[in-house]
Amino acid sequence: MDPLLVFPDPPPPELAQALDLGGWSWKSCGDPDAAIAEEPDEGWAGAVVVADVDPEAAFALCRRLRKGEMPLEPLLLLVGANQLEDLELRDDLFDDFCLAPVRPVELTARLRHLFWRTGRGSRPDLVEYGPLALNVETYQAAIDGQPLDLTYMEYELLKFLASHPGKVFTRETLLSRVWGYDYYGGARTVDVHIRRLRAKLGEEHAGLIHTVRSVGYRFGQSRWGMPTG
Amino acid sequence: MPHDGAVENDADRKRDYVLRTVEERGVRLIRLWFTDVLGRHKSVAISPAELEKVFEEGLQFDGSAIDGFSRVQESDVLAIPDPGTFELLPWAAEDEPSGIMFCDITQLDGTPFAGDPRQVLRRNIGRAREAGFEMYCAPEVEFFYFADANGGVPQPLDGASYFDLTTADVSSDLRKRTLHMLEALSIPVEYSFHEDGPSQHEIDLQYTDALSMADAVMTLRLTVKKIAMEQGIHATFMPKPLNGVQGSGMHTHLSLFRDGANAFHDPDSEDGLSVEGHGFIAGLLHHAREITAITNQLVNSYKRINEGYEAPRFISWARNNRSALVRVPIIKPGKTQSTRIEYRVLDPACNPYLAFSVILAAGLRGIEEGYELPAEAVHNLHELGPDDLAELGVRPLPSNLAEALDEMEGSALVRDTLGDHIFEWFLRNKRVEWDEYQRQVTPFELERYLPSW
Repeated sequence: MDPLLVFPDPPPPELAQALDLGGWSWKSCGDPDAAIAEEPDEGWAGAVVVADVDPEAAFALCRRLRKGEMPLEPLLLLVGANQLEDLELRDDLFDDFCLAPVRPVELTARLRHLFWRTGRGSRPDLVEYGPLALNVETYQAAIDGQPLDLTYMEYELLKFLASHPGKVFTRETLLSRVWGYDYYGGARTVDVHIRRLRAKLGEEHAGLIHTVRSVGYRFGQSRWGMPTG
Repeated sequence: MPHDGAVENDADRKRDYVLRTVEERGVRLIRLWFTDVLGRHKSVAISPAELEKVFEEGLQFDGSAIDGFSRVQESDVLAIPDPGTFELLPWAAEDEPSGIMFCDITQLDGTPFAGDPRQVLRRNIGRAREAGFEMYCAPEVEFFYFADANGGVPQPLDGASYFDLTTADVSSDLRKRTLHMLEALSIPVEYSFHEDGPSQHEIDLQYTDALSMADAVMTLRLTVKKIAMEQGIHATFMPKPLNGVQGSGMHTHLSLFRDGANAFHDPDSEDGLSVEGHGFIAGLLHHAREITAITNQLVNSYKRINEGYEAPRFISWARNNRSALVRVPIIKPGKTQSTRIEYRVLDPACNPYLAFSVILAAGLRGIEEGYELPAEAVHNLHELGPDDLAELGVRPLPSNLAEALDEMEGSALVRDTLGDHIFEWFLRNKRVEWDEYQRQVTPFELERYLPSW
C-alpha cells in the first residue's frame, strides 16, 4: 500500500506509534511543497493532518491537498477539543476528524472506515513476507501456514519489522516505535525479544531477522539487494 | 514516567490481543497463574467466556486458602491477569488449546495485595527505577531427575558425568523436549548441559528483566517437572537430595542498566567495574547473612551450602574464584554491555520474586550508602581454617535455617523490602518448619547411635 501523508514532520510521537501499531505505512511532511515533492508515483493513500499544534499551517496544507486537480482523500484531521469551532465552514477540507491526543484503536477504526467510504481500497489487513503472514485485524501470525504462538510484544515487534522489510532499525528506534511509552529496560529489551522471536520462528526461518552489526536489526532482504549477512 | 493515557491504551490493546487470540485459536481454557509466599505455583482455570469480565474486574477468590496470603477475617482478594504474559501452552492437547497468564494479586479495592510476591518484586523494581536502574538477571538452574520419588529414596537415572554424551540417555531426550517447550513459552535458553552429579542437569537462561525472569523461573520449574512426569520421572529442585553429591544451585548473573547502558561497567577502572558495580557487590556482601533465609529457604538448603562444592560458604567476592559468594566473570574484549556479577548462593527452591527483591534491595543499598568494597578474595576459601578466615575478615554464611532466620529477623532492610505482611508470615512459618525438623530422628542418628548405644 502507498504511504499516508502525515503532517507535521516529525509527527507527535504518540501519533507515530499509533500509526505503526496499526500497521500503516506513512511518511511525514512539514509543508505543502514537501508533500508534493515527496508524493509517491501512485499518489498518497490518504492523509493524517495534526491541526492542534500549528492550525494555520495545517489548514493551509489541507487546502492545497484538496483544491488541486486531484483532491486528496481520505483526509483525517486531528484537532484539539478547543478547536471544534475552527471546523465550521471548512467541511470541504477533511473527510473526518478526531480529537487529539488520539487513541490508537480510534485512529485505526476511523482510517479504516474512511478508506471503505472513499472506495480507495482498504488498508492491508495482511502483512506478508515470504513464508510469513500477519493478519493485523485478528492479531494472528503464521509461518508456512502454521500459526505462530506469540506474546503481545513479540507480535508487535514482528509486525513492525515485517511492515518495513529491508529497512535497518536501531534498538532505540524499535524501542520508541514498538514499545512506545511502556518500556523501562532500555535497548536490551529489544535484544531479549528478538531472541525470543527467532526461537519461535524456528531454525529454518530465524534468519528472517538479521542482526546488523553495531547498528540494529533488519527484517528480510536489504533494500539495496546486498547479500544477506 | 509514562503518559497515563498511553499506558491505558496499551493495556487495552494487550487485552484485546489476548481476547482475539483466544477467539481465533479456539482456546478452551485459560490458566491464571500466581505464586504463594513460599514460591509454590498456583493455578486457577477460567473459560474464555469469563475472560473479558476477569480482565475488567479481576477474579475474586478466598486468599486464606493460599499459604502466606490472608488471615481468615479479611480473606477475599482479586487475581488480575497480566495480558503481556499471555502464552498458549505448548503441551496442551491439539483439540483443547489452553492459554496461561501470570496474575498480580490485589485487594478488593484494587490496591496491591501485601501477601503477593509478584507485587513485592514490582514494588522493588519501581524503587530501582526511581533511582534510574533496571536489573537484569540470568539464572543457571540446576535440578535432578530421579526414577521415583516415592518412599523418599531418590533413584538417579544414570551415572553420566559432566558433558557426557550417551545416546540412550533418557534424560537427554527429556532435556531436549523441555528446552523446546521453554522456547515456545518465550524463555530463551543459553546453554543446557549435564552437571557433574548423577542425573543432575543445568539450564542457563538468557538474561531478561527481573520480573520477566521471576515469571520464567516459575514456568521453568513447572515445565521441567511436567515434561519429566510424562515419562514417569520425577524432577526435583530440592537443593541437596543426595549425600556426598553436590547439590542444586541457582547461580544468578546480575547487571544494572541505566539509560540503556550497563551501569556496572567503567572502562577506566582497574577491574572494569564502576562505582555502582562496586557498591552493588558491597551491598550484597554487607547484607548477605540477612537475605540468605530468602535466597535459601529450606532446612535442606543449608546441606548444600555446608558441603561446599560449587556453593559458597563464605562472604567474599572475587574475579576468578569459584569459592566466592560474588564472582565477577571476565568479560570478552568489546563486550562491555555484558559486564555483570554472579551471586552464587541462591538455590532453585527459592521464591524467585522474593529472592530477586532482596538481592536488588541489598545491592541498591550498597550503591546509595556508598558501602566500601572489601578486598578481593584470592584464596580458595574452602581450604582455609577459621583463624585464616578471621584474619582476612571473611564471615561465613548462616550454617542453618535457624541462624538465617535470626539474621533476617534483625534486618530492617529485609523487612522494608518484603513488607511487614510477608516478613512476619515468613518468619513464623519457617520457625515452625525448623522446630519440626529439630524434633526429627534422622537416618544419620539411627545409623550411628542405634548399634552402639
